[in-house]
Amino acid sequence: MAGMNLTATAPRGTRVRRRPWGSFVVLLLAAVYFLLPVAASLWFTVDDPAEGFTFDAYVKGLGDDGLATSLGLSVRLGLATVALGLLLMVPTMVVVALRLPRLRRVVEILCMVPLIVPPIALVAGVSTVLSWEQDLAATPFYRTFQLLQNKSFPLVLVLVYTVMSLPFLYRSLDAGLRSLDLKTLVEAARSLGASRTATLCRVVLPNLRPAVVSGAVLSLAMVLGEYTVAKVLGAEPFSVWMVHVGEFEAQVSVAAAMLSLLITWGLLLLLTNLAGGRARNRRKTTA
Amino acid sequence: MAVTTSETAPAPGAQAPGPPAAAPERRRATRRPGTGPHRRVLRWRWPAVVPFFAFMAVCFGLPAGTMAYNAFTVVDPGTGASEHSLENVRTALSGAYATGLWGSVQLSLLTAVFATVLGTLVGQAVLASGNSALRKAIVSASGVFANFSGAPLAFAFIATLGTTGTVTRLLELQRTGFSLYTFTGLVLAYLYFMVPLMVVTVLPALDGVRTQWREAAASCGASRAQFWRHVGLPVLLPSLLGGAVLMFGTAFASHATAAVMTGSSVPLITIQIANALSGNVLVGQENLALAMSLNMVVIALLVITVQIPLQRRSNRWLG
Repeated sequence: MAGMNLTATAPRGTRVRRRPWGSFVVLLLAAVYFLLPVAASLWFTVDDPAEGFTFDAYVKGLGDDGLATSLGLSVRLGLATVALGLLLMVPTMVVVALRLPRLRRVVEILCMVPLIVPPIALVAGVSTVLSWEQDLAATPFYRTFQLLQNKSFPLVLVLVYTVMSLPFLYRSLDAGLRSLDLKTLVEAARSLGASRTATLCRVVLPNLRPAVVSGAVLSLAMVLGEYTVAKVLGAEPFSVWMVHVGEFEAQVSVAAAMLSLLITWGLLLLLTNLAGGRARNRRKTTA
Repeated sequence: MAVTTSETAPAPGAQAPGPPAAAPERRRATRRPGTGPHRRVLRWRWPAVVPFFAFMAVCFGLPAGTMAYNAFTVVDPGTGASEHSLENVRTALSGAYATGLWGSVQLSLLTAVFATVLGTLVGQAVLASGNSALRKAIVSASGVFANFSGAPLAFAFIATLGTTGTVTRLLELQRTGFSLYTFTGLVLAYLYFMVPLMVVTVLPALDGVRTQWREAAASCGASRAQFWRHVGLPVLLPSLLGGAVLMFGTAFASHATAAVMTGSSVPLITIQIANALSGNVLVGQENLALAMSLNMVVIALLVITVQIPLQRRSNRWLG
């Protein structure tokens, strides 16, 4: 009871004294938990029990042909996924926001459904559909199926990844569209004689840039680290190569894992800079 | 595209010379008295959304539909004849597969609870420090670590706590009987990407707990613990449960981290599905994988439906 009175009479004093310690301890423990594996992994890649300090793992990894091929495939898959996702989602969401508000819930639910179907379940369905190939040998679909599973660039992965990236794209585009007065913008552009395509490309898109960038970066990060779908469908992008190489050279795959962390970090840094730069510009112009 | 241009064609000629303000009116005027205004409008609205629905139908509807249909189909390997039955679903819910499903649910529940509590603690610690630079740094670090899952995460943990891991050797953890390739090891690894995800998810909700509420509680004589017990947590509860549902879904769906780290030594449904898919020995095995996938979807659906009424409640307070 006495303690309660004390807090009531001097709430500020007790708060200032108490809080930083608790949060300091929590943040310190979190920092240890999150930085330790990174530091330990970095040490693991450069420490050889027999030879001591060495950069062998990096030399070997960079010298492996698989690295360039698999990383290249991952990047191409990521860019294709982002392009397809944006091409599908931007026009759809702009038109739905402007003209078809009735469809808003339907589009939202459809975009969120991939969250309920785990990637492994989705790819189980996809591989069953792909197994129809033999039954379709006599039809024109056969070529489509072969094209989808082309080893050097499996298009089917782009399709599955696009489905998996819909929740990210929907969320960021939805947030972006909510922050705009889309109707006024479009009406102004149209009344000044801009065509629909010009309105979309030169008025709506530049205003949606932060949303587009954040959706794109999150999808790209997802694709670059994806393992399950690619593995089941027999492709070898970066993460599958990383596991493959780990069977012989544990150090190389840990080095690759660190590279992957670096790539994610770089991508998200890019995102904050691109999106943040935009916000800063806007503030400057309104001030 | 042709539809769009035919509708656009008169617009530039009519609008460009006239005053801009007149244009919307003219458009409305041509639209309203017409005999079929609805149809005319529909004609150019729909082409923009058709690709999306077509894409969803083919790339999501087709595999998902196949999954639901084939899960209830049994193919006789001898004759190739197929019939409808509950056989696959029954197998997927018994024996080793039931253990796997239960293991996945346990792992997801445990990690979801831990991630929710720890993520909220870290989020609150960041807010309480009142340092905006620190907050920015932690938010961006959380973004990076939340995306650092799957194979790379597994290797980072193998290098740290695996049999020959740096920390294992340094602290001689083997003597204590600790092994990364167990349920405990998986919990440790999963929290590595789930806690940051929770921090990012919960920060906006924690921001919504107003200082005024705290001051009001304090001036009524409430201690800090009483404030959280009677005001803070009840207001945050829907958001926290929503976060926990998201955490459960994330943990439940993840496959790569466990597959790379533990192989099949910890029974998990995702790994069993992958094994059944790559086994390619029996024709029926594939339908079994689909039945297990269907079970996963059903569980995910059940868990997510919990969230919908909660979200409405949290929007009222923290919106």
